[in-house]
Amino acid sequence: MSQGSTAKPLLAGAGTRKSRTKEELIRFVLFLCAFLSILTTLSIIAILAWEAYSFFREVRVLDFLSGTRWTPLLEPRSFGVLPLVAGTLQIVIGASLIAIPVGLASAIYLAEFASAGVRRALKPVLEILAGIPTVVYGYFALTFVTPLIAAIFPQTQIFNAASASIVVGIMVLPMTASLCDDALRAVPESLRQGAFALGATQFEVTLRVVLPAALSGVMASFVLAASRAIGETMAVTLAAGATPKMTMNPLESIQTMTAYIVQVSLGDTPVGTVEYQTIFAVATLLFAITLSMNIIAHRVLARFREVYE
Amino acid sequence: MSSDRLRRRHAVTRGFRLLCAAVAWAGIVILAVLLFHVTREGIRWLDLQFLTEFPSRFPEQAGIKSALWGTVWLITLTAGISIPVGVAAAIYLEEYSPRNRLSQLIEVNIGNLAGVPSIVYGILGLVLFVRFLALGRSVLAGSLTMTLLILPVIIIAAREALRAVPDSIRHAAFALGATRWQAVRSQVLPVALPGILTGVILALSRAIGETAPLVMIGALTYVAFVPEGPMDAFTALPIQIFNWASRPQENFHQLAAAGIMVLLVTLLLMNATAVWIRQRAERTGR
Amino acid sequence: MNTQTTPDAQISPAAQSRSVLDVIDLTIRYGTKPAIRNVSLSIPQHRITAIIGPSGCGKSTLLRAFNRMNDFIPNVGMEGQILYLGSDIYAREVDPVEVRRRIGMVFQKPNPFPKSILQNVAWGPSINGFTGNLEDRVEQSLRRAALWEEVNDRLHESALALSGGQQQRLCIARALAMEPDVILMDEPCSALDPVSTARIEDLMFELKERYTIVIVTHNMQQAARVSNLTAFLENGSLVEYGETDQVFTRPRNQRTEEYVTGRFG
Ligand SMILES: Nc1ncnc2c1ncn2[C@@H]1O[C@H](COP(=O)(O)OP(=O)(O)OP(=O)(O)O)[C@@H](O)[C@H]1O
Ligand SMILES: [Mg+2]
Repeated sequence: MSQGSTAKPLLAGAGTRKSRTKEELIRFVLFLCAFLSILTTLSIIAILAWEAYSFFREVRVLDFLSGTRWTPLLEPRSFGVLPLVAGTLQIVIGASLIAIPVGLASAIYLAEFASAGVRRALKPVLEILAGIPTVVYGYFALTFVTPLIAAIFPQTQIFNAASASIVVGIMVLPMTASLCDDALRAVPESLRQGAFALGATQFEVTLRVVLPAALSGVMASFVLAASRAIGETMAVTLAAGATPKMTMNPLESIQTMTAYIVQVSLGDTPVGTVEYQTIFAVATLLFAITLSMNIIAHRVLARFREVYE
Repeated sequence: MSSDRLRRRHAVTRGFRLLCAAVAWAGIVILAVLLFHVTREGIRWLDLQFLTEFPSRFPEQAGIKSALWGTVWLITLTAGISIPVGVAAAIYLEEYSPRNRLSQLIEVNIGNLAGVPSIVYGILGLVLFVRFLALGRSVLAGSLTMTLLILPVIIIAAREALRAVPDSIRHAAFALGATRWQAVRSQVLPVALPGILTGVILALSRAIGETAPLVMIGALTYVAFVPEGPMDAFTALPIQIFNWASRPQENFHQLAAAGIMVLLVTLLLMNATAVWIRQRAERTGR
Repeated sequence: MNTQTTPDAQISPAAQSRSVLDVIDLTIRYGTKPAIRNVSLSIPQHRITAIIGPSGCGKSTLLRAFNRMNDFIPNVGMEGQILYLGSDIYAREVDPVEVRRRIGMVFQKPNPFPKSILQNVAWGPSINGFTGNLEDRVEQSLRRAALWEEVNDRLHESALALSGGQQQRLCIARALAMEPDVILMDEPCSALDPVSTARIEDLMFELKERYTIVIVTHNMQQAARVSNLTAFLENGSLVEYGETDQVFTRPRNQRTEEYVTGRFG
């Protein structure tokens, strides 16, 4: 009976105190799981910093960052990272040449032209493309794209930057398209209608109104895509080669930062030697570059979203 | 003349539209070419023996038994660790966390972690799990590495699913004298479950295809046994594919293609499951 | 401007009945904006108290304060006290969960859990360590909510398959299953058709034998029909509080008169 309970005081009894402790415990465990992400970041930074520190006691930072010869495993050893950076840059530029125009055009089609039905059909295709493992793209580059390029340019080497660039471009394409699509769709409908009301055609509206309004979001998408391309590993390991060199010829074999790290970890370089520690120095550089690009892009995106909310 | 100009402007729009459409549909063409190429190369090798034999120096005798089992072990362990931890983190951030600096920091941090190259996670796993915790090149070390790699993906997806649960359900539960955990566990979580599952499946399918972190922690490239416990050495499907693809002989390339077919079918099945769960939830839910 | 009536007359209009909830000089703010200003009143036991007033005057805010549902809204600030049977429900050592077990709530829009009818009603008792016969409790609650006859043959079906009015009675049954002392209802009929509304009003009549009911309503006729006492809020302040009869027929305050006769609001 409800009347019976009216006599009971409201103060927490022993039972509720126990359940409150249990609640606090659960809350704490959940918090730990969330906090794990911070620990992960700290561990990455700590490990890279520590190992890179031992490396830079042997090799001067300036020699590392400005040297143009990368031969840590061969005599005479040289620790200039620029050839790896150049190789990575070549892949990023090549991939961007594909992913940026194709991704943006697809996004424009999806956001401005396509019907809801077409969107529903195309989006899953992009998702599937995005879900294909990178080792598959590496295989594709090696056994399909390279022979294709070689058929056109006979001087093409078996391992070359061009085919790796192409597949990396295809790989980051879905991400570019979907981020650009988000940015374009964030532009309010009123802006488009205003332009249409002035007699603009769809092409003019898209190019002169929507795209400029979405520009910072679109640019941020490009930065995120480039950062992804920099970190891409297996496709370039399989297809781009293992020849660190400063070249801009896409038909030659090169080596990226990521591919170098894989090469060392597959080899039998003794742990603890300065040769081995090169992978941490290179990884630190890789991490610093991608992280700063991501942070900048996320900042820009956050500000972009604020404008249209 | 002005009508001429207008006609030209419309023609430009039509041309532009056609161009964008062609480019967008090129995605399908690429996908088709890739699938066709892989199938044409690999189909010859894809038979029962391919699934039940260990890798070998002789292409005719080579199979993916150890790789397949390694992947099963790896993904099972990864799922077992990453799902509870990831969902718990999402619950904390979505249902518990006060909106303060720390939770904001955690949020931004998770976004950034999602963008860290997978090879960096490999280095983390190598130093932290293989060496520091002395787990060696074991399935467990691999799973822990994969867990850290896909946690951001799971957390982000699970948070979205939790956010989609209407507040009225939480309020109903609280008004009945439920504690926060009781409300979350019995009322909010079941409603969010399909969304969470979808995200988890997509995250796990990423883990199945990841290669670089496994190479880093030293998953072996030649393994002629099936792991029997979490501390055993292992290889995995993408590692085996990588190994075959990086050999010069044509036959091994074709074996790689056959391995890719198995990998892609697995991923396709997982994707289909995710889509099925999503649609079923949409049909039965409000 | 609203202080023509003496505070004493506002606080305890129903001296013949023991008070269950005593609000003492309550002010509630969202951020810096006050939504309830210096309100004092007492809710008597086994009566139906209606809270009326124009939209945005703070009715829901006041009601949610009674079972600490405002705790879930960020940036809510509170001054003053709310006593439940004499003890401060906002005191540090009081567990808000315990408060909500004693003071149940029915919301404006029916919000059954997306589960079976049985699970909806049984969940409250089961998480609160109820040890008796759960099925009996469910039946009893559904009977008291006048829903048993309509659903007893489909207890295992989804609650979402019920009509809006049935869903709202289910939510009442769900609250009753906790055996609360007080039931708070925030415009429980505003999403319902007239027939369902009439059923719920009848139901409230029966329920007040056992429970203390506080109802927020926009509907003047409803307040006049079902309640024993009526509190009129305007702009966060309590303008008038008294026997419903008196508030509707002989309001002491000009503003009240204008509002109940429909000249504004
Ligand atoms: N979560 C909130 N955050 C900020 N302000 C709020 C919030 N909820 C309500 N308010 C403000 O507090 C005041 C009182 O709101 P409340 O919901 O209590 O009014 P009400 O009398 O229930 O109105 P209605 O009849 O429309 O339901 C309003 O001015 C409203 O804008
Ligand atoms: Mg209200």
